[in-house]
Amino acid sequence: MLEIKDLHVKIGQKEILRGLDLSVGAGEVHAIMGPNGSGKSTLAQVLAGRENFRIKSGSISWNGRDLTSMPIEERAREGLFMAFQYPIEIPGVSNAYFLRAAVNAVRRHRGEPELDAMDFLTLVKAEMKQVGMKEEFLYRSVNEGFSGGEKKRNEVLQMSLLQPSLAVLDETDSGLDIDALRVVAEGVNRLRSPDRALIVITHYQRLLDYIVPDHVHVLSGGRIAHSGGRELALELEERGYGWIKKEAVQDKEASA
Amino acid sequence: MDNASPNIGSFLDREYEAGFVTEVESVSLPKGLNEETIRQLSARKREPEFMLEWRLQAYRRWLEMETPEWAMVHFPPIDFQDIVYYSAPKSKADGPKSLDEVDPELLRTYEKLGVPLHERARLAGVAVDAVFDSVSVATTFRKQLAEVGVIFCSFSEAVQEHPELVRKYLGTVVPPGDNFYAALNSAVFSDGSFVFIPKGVRCPMELSTYFRINARDTGQFERTLIIAEEGASVSYLEGCTAPMRDENQLHAAVVELVALDDAKIKYSTVQNWYPGDKDGKGGIYNFVTKRGDCRGARSRISWTQVETGSAITWKYPSVVLRGDDSVGEFYSVALSNHRQQADTGTKMIHMGRNTSSTIISKGISAGHGSNTYRGLVRVTPKAENARNYTQCDSLLIGKECAAHTFPTIEAQNPSAHVEHEATTSRVSEDQLFYAMQRGLSAEDAVSMIVNGFCKEVFKELPMEFAVEAQKLLGVSLEGSVG
Repeated sequence: MLEIKDLHVKIGQKEILRGLDLSVGAGEVHAIMGPNGSGKSTLAQVLAGRENFRIKSGSISWNGRDLTSMPIEERAREGLFMAFQYPIEIPGVSNAYFLRAAVNAVRRHRGEPELDAMDFLTLVKAEMKQVGMKEEFLYRSVNEGFSGGEKKRNEVLQMSLLQPSLAVLDETDSGLDIDALRVVAEGVNRLRSPDRALIVITHYQRLLDYIVPDHVHVLSGGRIAHSGGRELALELEERGYGWIKKEAVQDKEASA
Repeated sequence: MDNASPNIGSFLDREYEAGFVTEVESVSLPKGLNEETIRQLSARKREPEFMLEWRLQAYRRWLEMETPEWAMVHFPPIDFQDIVYYSAPKSKADGPKSLDEVDPELLRTYEKLGVPLHERARLAGVAVDAVFDSVSVATTFRKQLAEVGVIFCSFSEAVQEHPELVRKYLGTVVPPGDNFYAALNSAVFSDGSFVFIPKGVRCPMELSTYFRINARDTGQFERTLIIAEEGASVSYLEGCTAPMRDENQLHAAVVELVALDDAKIKYSTVQNWYPGDKDGKGGIYNFVTKRGDCRGARSRISWTQVETGSAITWKYPSVVLRGDDSVGEFYSVALSNHRQQADTGTKMIHMGRNTSSTIISKGISAGHGSNTYRGLVRVTPKAENARNYTQCDSLLIGKECAAHTFPTIEAQNPSAHVEHEATTSRVSEDQLFYAMQRGLSAEDAVSMIVNGFCKEVFKELPMEFAVEAQKLLGVSLEGSVG
């Protein structure tokens, strides 16, 4: 489904991703871990199409299409969803309006009829119950004055409404207490299906107790330094990221 | 936003949709202004002697006045001798006619602007006075309104048919010597709308005037006078457009509102004069004096404006709260994109007891636009228990635009209660990215954010115009991000 090859990405003069390879198949859940500054969030933003990152070389193919040539909103309409690490506030725009605009943009793209206000409300209220959000959040401005946990729930709500085929969760667990974490994880797990892929970016293995990944990758120095199964996450928890960095340096020296 | 933003920057500069010219033969006075011009203008309109005298006095005052320089707007000096002060479509030069006699070309013009004048084609509930260059070409629903005693006609007709009312109220809210442009208008105003709602009558439909500038080198100087007698109420809306031309054109209007005891006047404006091109060439100079007088107790005057057009806007719709327990309101959205400059706001003058006023101003600056809010809240010594609430928000789109706020509060009575809140925010790249990541286009994202920002003002507009205003903002903002 998603094939990233030798990806090099710069922001300003700084090269952040340096030859990243990643292959994600339908139905798979991949966890991307790594120390701060290793390029985890950059990867998420590049996939979503954030424009201040420049792709220097390499390729990203998504369902056979060149992802990098697709505009942000087209990626979204085709089913790519990114849950933001820091969801953005939009004052004056009600959450209900925003969510419905998003849902209908995607439906239009798929050639499905748009939902009217009543149908949408029925749908969104059911989904809100699932993620434990009160109805009042529909009528408040998008993310404005929401607590950290409420913002993350709102992200999960959007994800379940939009039913993406590829979801990228950028440190969705950061700043969450254990209850919120469970709710978020449940939301993600509900989305798991054979035709969907998930990329879960996280600093801690804690989230992976709830969202069990098929593959774990460690990002270091702008590339995947290590890949493994679920046990890799546990090993990281025990040993920290230090040994990976050391290995990466050795690799580099060896290849030099 | 940086140049590496091809998606967000892919807005197209859509053309100003009302920018066409109508080919009609017109009758104009030669360029220039002197007493003779005014005499000719007055004679052409077959005005009574008092009107001519009034004009000449205003003209003499004007000669002694200087252009106001205090506003945050910049433009080369205007040559007042290089303007045509009167231009009328030929078919109309002989005075008012019924709709059937109006030049079909003119009817088509308004049709094209979305203002069909044929009553049967018109949504029930809105009567229209159509002003083309210097004259009113048609006023609809007059008979139906007359049945309940409402007078809705062109100003010229009012001078002919209701001189006593004109004489009683004209210039009592905005005196001829009020300011430079008001004096000029008083000398040369050519037409406009006149509304009179008699005692106890609720006007049964929305009234509206649609102003259109068509002829080249012509200034439009219209005069609107609305009188609501005791217990009367009316909702009035004006819309404005002009062709695209490379030279600037002057529009200096005066609007006077009079509300007697328990009367209500709601005045809404959707102003979309040609703003000039994106480099600032051409466009209308919109220098307007609008004032309402809450003359009676418990009267209420409310201004709502959506200002998206004009190269320069200089406009402060105000309310004089003379009557006890009177209420003044000002709701404004002003947008300046490209090279547009807007210096707009309001004055609330509290004079009666227990008066209250509300000011909600939303300024949006994009491109190289400059947007200034200028407001005065004055509580005079005898105004016991005056209340004012002011909220003044600015939204910036892009890095080259500017927003300024100049609020003045003069409270001369210790019981006054005056609140002022102000915010400045920016449509951020983060917000756009967030909305687009959810599938919205950049245009929809910007217009959603801007509409959210303006929501408090739009809800004050009559329903059908609120929708129009939202669309207009969307169009006016195109090309603003990138």
